[in-house]
Amino acid sequence: MTRRNLLLLAVVLLVACALPFLVSNYRTFQLTLVLVYAIALLGLNILTGYSGQISLGHGAFYALGAYVTAILMDKAGVPYWATVPAAGAVCLVAGFLFGLPALRLEGLYLALATFALGVAMPQLLKYHHLEKWTGGVQGIVIPKPDAPFGLPLNPDRWLYYFTLVIAVLMFVLAWNLLRGRVGRALVAIRDQHIAAEAMGINNALYKSLAFGVSAMYTGVAGALSAIAVQFVAPDSFNIFVSIVLLIGIVVGGLASISGALYGALFVQFIPNIADDISTAAPWAIFGIFMIGFVYLMPTGVAGAVRLLLAKRRSAP
Amino acid sequence: MEAFLHQVLAGLATGGIYASLALALVMIYQATHLVNFAQGEMAMVSTYIAWSLINAGMPYWPAFLLTVGISFVMGVVIERVVIRPVENAPVLGVVTVFIALLVILNSVTGWIYTYTIKSFPSPFPKEMALGRYMSPHELGAIGITLVVLLALYVFFRFTPLGLAMRAAAQNPVSSRLVGIRVGWMLALGWGLAAAVGAVAGMMVAPIVYLDPNMMGGILLYAFAAALVGGIDSPMGAVIGGFTVGVLENVLGFVIGNELKLSVALVLIIGVLLFKPSGFFGKVHVTRV
Repeated sequence: MTRRNLLLLAVVLLVACALPFLVSNYRTFQLTLVLVYAIALLGLNILTGYSGQISLGHGAFYALGAYVTAILMDKAGVPYWATVPAAGAVCLVAGFLFGLPALRLEGLYLALATFALGVAMPQLLKYHHLEKWTGGVQGIVIPKPDAPFGLPLNPDRWLYYFTLVIAVLMFVLAWNLLRGRVGRALVAIRDQHIAAEAMGINNALYKSLAFGVSAMYTGVAGALSAIAVQFVAPDSFNIFVSIVLLIGIVVGGLASISGALYGALFVQFIPNIADDISTAAPWAIFGIFMIGFVYLMPTGVAGAVRLLLAKRRSAP
Repeated sequence: MEAFLHQVLAGLATGGIYASLALALVMIYQATHLVNFAQGEMAMVSTYIAWSLINAGMPYWPAFLLTVGISFVMGVVIERVVIRPVENAPVLGVVTVFIALLVILNSVTGWIYTYTIKSFPSPFPKEMALGRYMSPHELGAIGITLVVLLALYVFFRFTPLGLAMRAAAQNPVSSRLVGIRVGWMLALGWGLAAAVGAVAGMMVAPIVYLDPNMMGGILLYAFAAALVGGIDSPMGAVIGGFTVGVLENVLGFVIGNELKLSVALVLIIGVLLFKPSGFFGKVHVTRV
């Protein structure tokens, strides 16, 4: 990483730390959700962008993470911060297990199978034999955490910083994972899986690993969203959650870590602007943006930024 | 026993609807090797068009035929305008465009017609037929499905245009060399698929009622049906549709209605894992 990039990163972090004191509580809450989305998008990007496996059902892992947190907090009295790693672990295992059979599926078929998972998820959550834990259609309400150690922060700001710390951790982890041996192996499998196999990369292991790690990221995001929103219910995890995540990575940029942040800002704030037109408008606008990006900017915002920077550097 | 028989017959009726939608999926898959995730929403839009026509005072059957015609044009236009630019794009790009189409159709319909549930008329009489086992609408839906299937079979098997479309799907390069306009054949395929989907939508709407999200679950069953039969086999899609319809109803009867969608999920993943070519599909071998 060059010095310039480091400097840029430091500025971004500083701004991220200062933001809650500059905007209203409601905006702080929205920024928390941006961070949550960024983690989820990073997860999906590991799978779809880097490893080339299309998932239209990541909302299911998001839901799983959220429910693990809600159930642990509500039924077992586990403190909120301890539920986040638990949600990540559960989703890691679930994702790895789903990834094993998914190995045999390529491209379109994987998209189909995961789409089915995403559509079926709300019904699974409503299943009445699980109602004891999931609360059925009603869902679960969880309390809002206060700042610990007598820190002079209101709950919204505290939650923002809590999420920010986890997000930074997850981004550093992903950066380390993807720029090294694992990342190169994933990209090699994506671009030419037979050649990758011939080079000694264990396709099956890496592909299911990518699925597991990706689900873990999305699960952690789901857990944080449950804490932030203080509520989980089956119908808030319909197929459109998965579609939002797909929009996020397409707009932010595939196979790009910074793209997760651009995508998260997009999916969080565009609906706010579009809501003024009509309640159905955000989705129409999302759809139009999706098509527009596939046609005109297949590398997303991150790709466009990269191109701009490269142009400026090559100019005298 | 009587209740069980009733479930099987009801399953055949919804199965016919799944078969139609599965057939629409297979038609597009055969021509372009793509699975149209927006097929359900296209059928939903067609059904809303039919609802508008009927509410404007048009009798049912003319409205039915007009809707099929409009849907055909809609399918052709969507292929020409939206799908054609990404024909050769990577799978992710194409899937994204399909999902975008799904989202746009869903939200614009919700915008125009609101999300409140509407009832949709059935053209068939109200009294029970076949003793107490089957409603006339269910019987009629099966009949209509069979008519549509027969018409498609005749079209593809006995007309020059059908032959040209099959040729374009099977071997685009050679077809172009003998003078078939392959691009237009694909567009026609989309039009036909949209028209078949419209029939499915109008047949299912009296059962599930009309709302912008009505096709979500049905599309899933259609996927399952197409995969069970083999995604490149029209005959398989039809048999798969009826199989899935009966299976869904009987299992729903046995294990409860709450997990009906999961039946589709398990079917889809199961078929993809253990018999990816389905029961009637061709096994594909790729040379490295």
